[in-house]
Amino acid sequence: MDASQETPRTPDPPGAVTGTAENDYRGSPRVTRRELITATAATGVALGLGGKVLGVPNVVRGAQAAAIKFGLLEDRSGNFAIYGLNKWHGTQLAIKEINDGWTLRGGPDGPGGPGVVAKVATKPPTMHPVLNRGASTVSRGGAPSEDKVVWDEADDYLVKSGDTGVLGRKIELIAPDPQSDLRQFQSLARRLILQDKVDVIMGGFASAEREALRPIMDQNKMLYWYNNQYEGGVADKYTFCTGALPEQQILPVMEYMIATYGPRMYILAADYNFGQLSAAWTRAMAPILHGQVIGQEFIPLSVTQFSSSIARIQQAKPDWLVMYITGQNHANYYPQANAAGIKIPMGSSINIAQGFEHLRFKPPALARFHVTASYMEEIPTARNRKFVSRWRKMFPNEPYLAMEGHSAYVATHLYAKAVRLAGTTDKDAVIEALESGIGVEAPAGWVFMDPATHHLSNYIRLAHCDEKHNITFLTEWPHIEPWWTRRLGVNLVKHPEFKQYTPDEDPFFKKGTKR
Amino acid sequence: MGLDVLANLLYQFADNMAFLLLAALGLMIILGVIDVINLAHGEFIMLGAYLTALSYNWGHLPLPACAVVSMVGVGLFGLVLERTLIRRFYQDKLGALVATWGVSLILSQGILIVFGPSMAAVPFPQWTLTVGASSFDGYRLMLFGVAVGAVAVLWWLLYHTRIGVQTRAAMQNAEMAACLGIRIRRIYLLTFAAGSALAGLTGALYAPTTTIVPLMGTGFVDVAFITVVVGGGANPIVGALTSAAVLSVISAPLASISGTFIGRIGLLVAALVVIRFLPQGFSGYVRDLQRRRMGAAAAP
Repeated sequence: MDASQETPRTPDPPGAVTGTAENDYRGSPRVTRRELITATAATGVALGLGGKVLGVPNVVRGAQAAAIKFGLLEDRSGNFAIYGLNKWHGTQLAIKEINDGWTLRGGPDGPGGPGVVAKVATKPPTMHPVLNRGASTVSRGGAPSEDKVVWDEADDYLVKSGDTGVLGRKIELIAPDPQSDLRQFQSLARRLILQDKVDVIMGGFASAEREALRPIMDQNKMLYWYNNQYEGGVADKYTFCTGALPEQQILPVMEYMIATYGPRMYILAADYNFGQLSAAWTRAMAPILHGQVIGQEFIPLSVTQFSSSIARIQQAKPDWLVMYITGQNHANYYPQANAAGIKIPMGSSINIAQGFEHLRFKPPALARFHVTASYMEEIPTARNRKFVSRWRKMFPNEPYLAMEGHSAYVATHLYAKAVRLAGTTDKDAVIEALESGIGVEAPAGWVFMDPATHHLSNYIRLAHCDEKHNITFLTEWPHIEPWWTRRLGVNLVKHPEFKQYTPDEDPFFKKGTKR
Repeated sequence: MGLDVLANLLYQFADNMAFLLLAALGLMIILGVIDVINLAHGEFIMLGAYLTALSYNWGHLPLPACAVVSMVGVGLFGLVLERTLIRRFYQDKLGALVATWGVSLILSQGILIVFGPSMAAVPFPQWTLTVGASSFDGYRLMLFGVAVGAVAVLWWLLYHTRIGVQTRAAMQNAEMAACLGIRIRRIYLLTFAAGSALAGLTGALYAPTTTIVPLMGTGFVDVAFITVVVGGGANPIVGALTSAAVLSVISAPLASISGTFIGRIGLLVAALVVIRFLPQGFSGYVRDLQRRRMGAAAAP
């Protein structure tokens, strides 16, 4: 800056040396008008160009007249980005399939496909009596095989819908990025409802995000889908949930882990509604399953360093750990615990299946991990291999097909089926169609939308992660219904409600819960 | 049993103190020397972590080399930022606050646009030590060593080199120092670059322990600010050490006994209490003590 232009803000003491630019540490003079105008013009040009060059609109639009407007609010940045990206991709895959005239097999019929009569071995194969290896004879003595009915594991789950799009209208996806920020969720939801006038909104990962959205959806009578596993209890006429529930995930994993590793459990949960309520479920169900919660810790969502939690776990010495930690900040627990030498088995309803920690962290950080998942990419059935190959054809750089991407996919197809059944996108008619008792062949297996509770029955598999981070499925529960809210008397068909039940409102939990 | 518990507590204390020291040191020297609050400090740490991840995964350098790359890279970035932006705000503290906040937004969202929501991880060195029934992570003990070493290097620079004397003179009375021919602008430039390099080092050291995402700086910047405020800007060395020590002594046992959440609350309450009674922080209090002692000695 020229010395001649200076107007020092503090008065100089008498005799002070001023004017030498080199020694003027007191900062440049205040900005002149010319500088301001130049800077503003440059910024304006840069922003204008930047918009065109970088081209990052956060709304994906296709211009179609009379298209069905499909709103999606999934985080693509922030703490929950890796989950949101997966669900966004699942929705896009489903919409593409629907627009091309495909749909999931299903309807109000029962589970599975047609049975076929086939020849089945009467006894399991036996080892060769002399060579002691190889399954040689099927049976010794008696009939070698008999005719029985076996289920037809259909290797494809997509059938032609006889329609292009839904009722002849293509689906247009409007998906802004809420950046894992609750305020953004709410303002974007209002924009989708009032300005874009969408026909349905799906979205939300964390339970906090869902509960921020639900009042807005109810106020505006907007059909809302929450496609994520969570702590259960939502009984809302306008909300449908396709994710797994505690009775579908927590109870099976507790059952298995207590029987296999022992009754002493230590709970590590994220400190918000999901973590607290899942921990309440665990504490209440522990006595029935012959388990014992010896300690618990709730960790705020912003914590990234876990030394004190690890030390407390080492002091408590549980038989196995119950993990309800969420988000990318909390995922850091696994490498840190591994470096500190913790070798305790872990059971969870979320990690690995949702956040693919077994691929993100180097082995053996996730060794001895068990999760009850409604879907995982590693499921070995023929139809899942087809699903994975279709997904990876559309998204070749997808890091992992997570549980909730599958939930989003199934939800989108279910919505399309319901609209076709209702013959209109009018929200009340679609809700009535969804309550008619629809089951579909999802890539995970057959799932059924329960009319009374607006939740999906799920096909649950227990996955185990070993030292090399290979996944094997130890047990499966092909059909677990969402029975908890039914026990509370929820029947959204007869008595519409707009709330979330917590375990505190269930007298059964009050008996068993010890804080 | 007693030795076990003691070892555990010492380990927690060391880990906590290392985190506070490493997060706050860069911010402390910038505040102490230039009197500017750098709200982009968390993003500098994030940049250091990203540089480490990039040089490890693309450049295939060993981890210590990646840390050096991060330090140099973020230091150069700080140099450029100081030259273009910060030096307009030497007298304008509030303006500096707003400007550096803008820089932090640009950095975090810019990294999000360029690299996407997450980055390939850097592996965590597995140095497990076992003492009795507890096992500890050797990497964190090394971090404690590095933190103390950084403070020692800083002390040596400030008290045993010519540029250190000049910096202390600039801290004490910048105008007088300028009259004596000390190039204050250069001191400020080097200080800002050094503070940025320290932030880069912190990012590089903590990169293996966390997932590397654009918003990871927020986890460091809140404790950094608390530590800096409790320490006070009058004397970066004394301030950083005492503040980190006091806050860790209070929060580590609390976290050990009652959980991470209570540990955090303990840290905040401790900071509140210290600020209530020592508004200038620990180093401000020490400076006032020294002045009073000098005044008493000078009085007849």
